[in-house]
Amino acid sequence: MGLISSTHSVSRYHIDGKIEGSITEEVRNGLIKHSIPKIESDYDEISAGWTPVESPYNPDFDKFSFLFGTYFLFSLRIDKKSIPAKLIQKYMAIEIEKKKEKSGRDFLSKQEKSEIKELVIDILMHKIPAIPNVYDILWNYEEKNLYLYTTQKAANEFFETIFLKSFNLKPIRLFPYTIVETKSKFSNPQKDRIQTLVPLKYSRKPHA
Amino acid sequence: MLDIATAYNKYKFLGNDYLTWIWFLIETDQNISSLLNSKDVVTLEVGNSIVLENKLGDKSKEKITIKGDQAGLEEGTTALKKGAYVTQINLIFKINEDEYRFTIKGESFNITGLKTPKTDLSHKEDEIEGLVLEKAFFCLNIFKVIDTLFLKYLEQRADDDWNVKGLQNIRDWIGSF
Repeated sequence: MGLISSTHSVSRYHIDGKIEGSITEEVRNGLIKHSIPKIESDYDEISAGWTPVESPYNPDFDKFSFLFGTYFLFSLRIDKKSIPAKLIQKYMAIEIEKKKEKSGRDFLSKQEKSEIKELVIDILMHKIPAIPNVYDILWNYEEKNLYLYTTQKAANEFFETIFLKSFNLKPIRLFPYTIVETKSKFSNPQKDRIQTLVPLKYSRKPHA
Repeated sequence: MLDIATAYNKYKFLGNDYLTWIWFLIETDQNISSLLNSKDVVTLEVGNSIVLENKLGDKSKEKITIKGDQAGLEEGTTALKKGAYVTQINLIFKINEDEYRFTIKGESFNITGLKTPKTDLSHKEDEIEGLVLEKAFFCLNIFKVIDTLFLKYLEQRADDDWNVKGLQNIRDWIGSF
């Protein structure tokens, strides 16, 4: 789900640090350097990188914009090859039978079966296409706020790694504690006081 | 600043307590606009779901989920009385004429199912920038309100008279069921 869809799921980040030099140019360079490869690798199980929001399957940042008003808007695409277990099971059974016939034996060792499994996974990984998932990112550089349009843990982890590599800026996930640390105007004594708070007990006779 | 993973776990209760306070604000008809010091008319309603948790003595947890457009919240209020707290809530925020619906999780502040006010712009190429900017405005607007209200809550919570005022008011509300 992206920014212009009808419903959104969003996780938020505070972006720590500053870009030296021309911000737009540096962002463009980071996006291009870590854009998702145009040609899919036959063997990589997972491939991830940036792509323009208007062109998720053609990562061309020279042709498509990533600057909208004062925001940077682009997408994270994660392509993942996923081989169904039943497919592995099927081809393993076929290959095991072939090997038994060839060797004239009735059984195969654990080691042989394990080698067949690896071979089957390799062949299927080569044949099967990767499934793409696209997540939009809205970045307000001046306010150090960034919005990732997903709450999926794996996508968040990919985003955090690739963002740091691309722009040398650390994205800090926003949740109750980090909102206080990064977005509040509380004084240090107030922050200290908040850090000593404990969960409230609402009932007059607390439940055991 | 604490290690992120440690801080997340140690202070997730603040988000849950905040959502419980929001429910209290709604049920006791508090003036949200004045709490936010906002010139806009901001109103809040509980939407179609609420999830509560109650820690039981043996380190296990009881989870109470109420779902449905016309669902009664009696089981939720009973759970509060037994010591439960809100961990997730679906809210309807109205800022002037604009309506936002979403579900917020207390520990992460993750937002799911966010529906922003309708926009007149289409997905046509020449209108894409306008559409993006309008959508961005709506999304950022709601986060601003959520954060402002959260920091307001913490301001009250860190205040010396919280136990005699703020907490007492919530306990009185829970005691009234």
